[in-house]
Amino acid sequence: MAKRVVITGIGIISSIGSNLPETIDSVLASRSGIGKLKYLDTFHRDEYPFAEVPWSNSQLAEFAQLTDLAGYSRNALLGLIAAKEAFAHARLDQVPRLRTGLISATTVGGMDRCEIYYKDFLTNDSKNQYIDVYDCADSTEKIADLLGIGDYVTTISTACSSAANALLLGARMIRSGKLDRVVAGGTEALTSFHVNGFNALKILDKVPCRPFDANRSGITLGEGAAYLILESEEAARAGNREVFAELKGYGNACEAFHQTASTPDGKGAYLAMERALKIAGLKPSDIDYINAHGTGTDNNDIAEGLAIERLFNGTIPKVSSTKPFTGHMTSAAGSAEAILSILCLTHRMILPNLNLESPMPELSFTPVRELISDLDVNVVMSNSFGFGGNNTSLIFKKI
Amino acid sequence: MASAVNKRIYINGVGCLSPQLTLDNRLFLEEPVSTESNRLKAIDANYKEFVPPEMVRRMGRIIKMGVAAAKTCLADAGCQMPDAIITGTGLGCIEDTEKFLGNMIKNNEEFLTPTAFIQSTHNTVSAQIALLVQCHGYNFTYVHRGFSFESAILDSLLQIENGRASTVLLGTADELTANSLQIQKRLGFWRRNPIDNLKLFDHPDKGTIAGEGAVFFLLDEKKNSTTYTVLQDVEMLFMPHSADEIRSQINGFLNRNGISESDISLLLVGQNGDTRHQKVYDEVAEGSFPNVPACGFKHLCGEYMTASSFGVWLAAKIMKEQRIPEILQVSKKPSELKHILLYNHYQGINHSLILLSQP
Repeated sequence: MAKRVVITGIGIISSIGSNLPETIDSVLASRSGIGKLKYLDTFHRDEYPFAEVPWSNSQLAEFAQLTDLAGYSRNALLGLIAAKEAFAHARLDQVPRLRTGLISATTVGGMDRCEIYYKDFLTNDSKNQYIDVYDCADSTEKIADLLGIGDYVTTISTACSSAANALLLGARMIRSGKLDRVVAGGTEALTSFHVNGFNALKILDKVPCRPFDANRSGITLGEGAAYLILESEEAARAGNREVFAELKGYGNACEAFHQTASTPDGKGAYLAMERALKIAGLKPSDIDYINAHGTGTDNNDIAEGLAIERLFNGTIPKVSSTKPFTGHMTSAAGSAEAILSILCLTHRMILPNLNLESPMPELSFTPVRELISDLDVNVVMSNSFGFGGNNTSLIFKKI
Repeated sequence: MASAVNKRIYINGVGCLSPQLTLDNRLFLEEPVSTESNRLKAIDANYKEFVPPEMVRRMGRIIKMGVAAAKTCLADAGCQMPDAIITGTGLGCIEDTEKFLGNMIKNNEEFLTPTAFIQSTHNTVSAQIALLVQCHGYNFTYVHRGFSFESAILDSLLQIENGRASTVLLGTADELTANSLQIQKRLGFWRRNPIDNLKLFDHPDKGTIAGEGAVFFLLDEKKNSTTYTVLQDVEMLFMPHSADEIRSQINGFLNRNGISESDISLLLVGQNGDTRHQKVYDEVAEGSFPNVPACGFKHLCGEYMTASSFGVWLAAKIMKEQRIPEILQVSKKPSELKHILLYNHYQGINHSLILLSQP
């Protein structure tokens, strides 16, 4: 019998807050983090809105309680802040140590420093302080080292489903008895690299993203980090600590269709959600709310919407995309949205799909447009899809 | 992680695109390739044999390397379609990343086309293989320096052990580029003077030689006529404090697999000729395996973040053919090859153990 996996700690930093309490305040007030860029220096700064974390790197270093900023990319700073918050939230420093892992996700690692100092990396004879932050593992190893985690340390990169996959792997490691606790999530800093990549793909919206709107025109890039503490049910018993939810199901599927586009009917999304339900041992009608991937691109929202219609035939739960709050946090989106989904369980609410004016005519359902509170929410699903047709769905259940 | 793998999981096919003549599975290092460039470039395949012609020109080299190795592996195993695809890569599609980054800087963020950006994503190799064989199963990519391949192994073993997959296509891909070489040169990774790679271990010094490659394995819960070896277990040690701690971890690792140090027939070590990283290999080999034949392999593939996958390819071939190629300079010949242990570390931070056993 596989072990149950529960969540005992949450840490998050994004454009809507530097920690969990601030994040909760923002969502309860339906306050979006999308606005004008302040820190990232890009040619496209005035062309698009962004969901930038509203603090400079030196302020972030203070949040992370680092005395020396040297060698820290923004990616690592964000990751460290959220991972430390999750660790403290679960009060892991107050219980006996068990086998603990760190599974972190990122797509371009320390690119935020690399793109600034790249010429210097290549030409300057003196060693640039950021020269070894250009790979994906840099931030992971810094977090592991500072939290003192060594039983298993790894990094996943599957584009925009990366952090959802970190949670999926964490759950599997615990279920199979390899680890007792896992700090799992993702971190991503805004970079000119991403801005220009998505700009070249022509999928950035000129106004704040409008997922599931008939007039949607692309994504709004965001940044931040989000980590959860996963524990086996037994491990979570230590120290009379709070348990926030159970990670009940997970599914990953590869669409094998196109490097950046979804099939028109969302085959990969369908398979991922179906597999997650199967692992959870639940029926579609058991799901109360879906936190959709809902990027706001033409292609994603129709494919995901149709996949939801097919799988939840006749019993479509409440659906919303929270990307109008946080922007698309790319590799960190999966764990950030997992947290927002769990908040729906713990705070008895459904988060709204902001910026939705004209529902898509192709879909039979309309996402939730206003915050719903005082509602029993028992089971939620969170979707994250990435380049390479990498689709992941997670299911959380109220404890 | 204190639990062993409960099922016997077999390597039933291999595909290795490396700086050596390894893609043809009939060969086994009969004619080792040597160079004095301190840079071991993987021998490109005729990619048109593996990739549809309309895709060959646009596809990044690392993707083509990965596809060629993966398809060779599937053909070797007689497998049409695996249940899952799990890969590891240290730096991912670094050539396309550098291309997009370079153009972005040069053109001040204007006039960029998306192709290099699309292909720069770390999971592109895994995704393109899935696309070409139409595999909708679990698809994962690990990107953690010297744990990239090892994390992929652990996940693959778990997938099969937990009954989520019967077969897994497990592999690695890493490519060398002029810029990444230059950056790693500044980090002090490489030898200053040219050295013949085949004589790397005869001339220890600061620095090593660079390598690249794509290596794939078809893991299967069933043994068959193409079986090479049992992929028994893997363990990763993050920043161990001392050789003693590593030796104690090795002892625990072997014990949980029901064997001890003296049962190891051959110890493959990840030594790379860099004197700064040699000590721990010597202390482990001499301390824990004084009577076990041992040898290195990175004079053949060079040093890179997923070089241990070349070592596993080597171990799988040795196990299947029950012989050790001349070029490996084994300290002494083992009588029988029952268990092969690979011990590798990347930059003294990521240490790993991989155990292979006779099927």
